[in-house]
Amino acid sequence: MTTQIDRAPGEGTTLTEVDEGRRAGVLVYTVGLGLAVILTATSFWVANTTALWGPGVHLGLAVLAIAQMGVHVVFFLHITTAPDNTNNVLALAFGVLIVFVVIVGSLWIMSNLNGNMMPSPELMNLHMQR
Amino acid sequence: MNIAVAVDNVPPQFIASEAGPAPKRIVVGFGFWIFLLSDIVMFAGLFAAYAVLVNATAGGPNGAALFSQTSVAIETACLLASSYACGLMSLAIGSRNRFGTYLWAAVTFVLGAVFLGLEIHEFAGMIAQDAAPARSAFLSAFFALVGCHGLHVTAGLIWLVVMMGQLATEGFRARVERRLLCFSLFWHALDIIWVGLFTMVYLMGVRP
Repeated sequence: MTTQIDRAPGEGTTLTEVDEGRRAGVLVYTVGLGLAVILTATSFWVANTTALWGPGVHLGLAVLAIAQMGVHVVFFLHITTAPDNTNNVLALAFGVLIVFVVIVGSLWIMSNLNGNMMPSPELMNLHMQR
Repeated sequence: MNIAVAVDNVPPQFIASEAGPAPKRIVVGFGFWIFLLSDIVMFAGLFAAYAVLVNATAGGPNGAALFSQTSVAIETACLLASSYACGLMSLAIGSRNRFGTYLWAAVTFVLGAVFLGLEIHEFAGMIAQDAAPARSAFLSAFFALVGCHGLHVTAGLIWLVVMMGQLATEGFRARVERRLLCFSLFWHALDIIWVGLFTMVYLMGVRP
């Protein structure tokens, strides 16, 4: 069982290395929790502070959220770059691609539509509300 | 002949085709991973709808008027701690520790239930002040997105109770462990969705 070809997502340790694996596993989850708490606290601070340049705040929040998602994927779901994780990483990459296409594509198309259907601000506002 | 020798010299972990099908635990985990990614793609559709409709308030209240950051911070802390407890439950399952499994499952459940209670309280408060889903397109998108996440959390809580029942009656059997692996994947994935949700809906929503 030591020469495993694939590893299931979420599987941090194989069952043969239980004793050492447990201590290392607690450490991995605790490090992940610490990083997630730091990133969450930073997000809440960034959203409420006046010390930062206003228009940049949204971008900063997005970066913090993506970083925290990465922390969760690595420390809680145990997705790694090791060869036994190739299948999981490829599936994740495809999922991220689709998510990116759906969200960015929708925003892009709708803002384009708004820009091209702009007879007057009042009418535009009415159109968006109905 | 040369080919046979070459094959013999390859370390065993590289001959994937000769190892037969992967163990069931890995196949099940991978299949559930694919399901989770498709679930996240569905959430991406709801996120996109929310992002497009966030300003279509139809003269009704907007996010800054409705959202309480304190409540969101407590919800976030509950879900994050619940995810951590779920990870410790996975470790207890790995070392066949029955008491530890029940203990961390209970912590996971209680924190998840507190999250859900706060969310239902928030929804009820919004509906009471005439901010129901039918009020505006913004509120429809908000309730669809956050409500869908809440339904997932509800399903996860029911699943956890069922799994503890199975663990009590069947013990640490292979199929029970596979289901618990899938549950922990599901629970961690919900926390990842919540990260995107509290950032985009609540934190960006309260900015002027």
